[in-house]
Amino acid sequence: MFNKATELLNLCKEQNKKISEIVMEKEMKHSKISYEELIDKMNDILNTMVSSANSALDKEVISVSKISGGNAKKMETYKNKGNTISGNLINSAMARALSTSEVNAAMGRIVAAPTAGASGILPSALLTTRERFNLSNEDMIHGLFTAAGIGEIIAKNATISGAEGGCQAECGAASAMAAAAIVELVGGSVETSLHAASFAIINILGLVCDPIAGLVEFPCALRNASGVANALISADLAMAGIESMIPFDEVVEAMYKVGKAMPESLRETALGGVAATPTGEEFKKKNL
Amino acid sequence: MKDYGVFDILGPVMIGPSSSHTAGAARIGKISSEIAKGFFHKVTFNLHGSFAKTYKGHGTDRALVAGVLGMEPSDERIKDSLNIAKEKGILIEFIETDLGYVHPNTVKVDFHYKDRDDFYVIGSSIGGGNIIITNINGNEVEFSGDYPTILLKYKDQKGSISKISSIISNEDINIATMKVSREGDIATMVMEIDSPIEDKIIDNISSLNEIIYITGINPITR
Repeated sequence: MFNKATELLNLCKEQNKKISEIVMEKEMKHSKISYEELIDKMNDILNTMVSSANSALDKEVISVSKISGGNAKKMETYKNKGNTISGNLINSAMARALSTSEVNAAMGRIVAAPTAGASGILPSALLTTRERFNLSNEDMIHGLFTAAGIGEIIAKNATISGAEGGCQAECGAASAMAAAAIVELVGGSVETSLHAASFAIINILGLVCDPIAGLVEFPCALRNASGVANALISADLAMAGIESMIPFDEVVEAMYKVGKAMPESLRETALGGVAATPTGEEFKKKNL
Repeated sequence: MKDYGVFDILGPVMIGPSSSHTAGAARIGKISSEIAKGFFHKVTFNLHGSFAKTYKGHGTDRALVAGVLGMEPSDERIKDSLNIAKEKGILIEFIETDLGYVHPNTVKVDFHYKDRDDFYVIGSSIGGGNIIITNINGNEVEFSGDYPTILLKYKDQKGSISKISSIISNEDINIATMKVSREGDIATMVMEIDSPIEDKIIDNISSLNEIIYITGINPITR
């Protein structure tokens, strides 16, 4: 069992295991299921993720409110022209994150990871890493367990709810989960995974949750796109050997305290941030 | 510190956009119709709080209807549930209302029948797809639908609880929680058990003289 990252790190060191292995063992005990059942269950999760991350790339998936839709396709088309500013990999990752977000807004099937609002980040991060390094399905499944382990630590010691901690809690958690998983998949150490997860949260510490009209669309989809970029660059920062001065457990605690200090208007109430701008208010009046 | 498992973090697999406004709503709808039973020809959803304010944009309306039609929160037909209800000839009505001091995401679901009295269920979506059912046709209850749940109404008399619980234990089933309340001489019992509910248990309990109403609800996937 582990509640904190330090405990997880110790377990990994004592047993000479990866984060994913410790998390899988813990889950088999926790839910009393066999290894095969566990893998089957995670494979279902992966299949849903793959589908949501790709299905809005070649067709416009429009939401009920019509706020969102078509941007994943725009991004994919732009990337395919090969003249992007930040390169093929980042653009492809953003397109896939937008895809899941648009599928979610349009009442398609997604996996909350850790929430529906932040559901675009982890699938895109893993698929992008798979493409770049020719990883297997099995690798993807291991990555998901690593991500889940990091998510558990954040949920237990802080929050993963935008209503409680702002967007830093939802997209921050998703990016940290993804960053740690990427590092493990490319062969980084447990410590490196935790540095990457720390960077991902520190990079967006304080980010508010301000959805227009309270709908999980704008700016949520954008923050899924920037969230996957955050995960990828955080993993690179850590793989370069840069270390987080503040350990992951303390970063999580800081994120929680920042969330607590946020006024309610900035925590998923649609009363602050871009939701409270004249344009945001106007949309809300017209559509609700 | 609340305990989390891997699939609390990666999951539920659900129809978007919101675990509380969509997935939770579908679960409330599904459980409500399992409790109400029978062939209703019309359903009225009385929406409270955030449900009332944002139900169209979040697809709460479609999720609730999908639920009463028996769909799970991951069913891709949720999107078309309003049309599916129309095809089945079930009338659907949404009313924005104030249900008083209840959770912001609360709905009172009224089932209308041609051959019997109306029946209602009140439920709240409390986050992450979790729900609680708080009232069944005027009886205050509290259960989550996460466990197999048996709901009972019976004429209160000596030994009723022991007769009911011995039927359960004779089937080698463990009772996880049990809540009993009483109004006049009518008792309401909500019992969560550790194994799926089979018809045999329901039949055996309903053969007791004092039983007025019984229903068993198996959990809905999150």
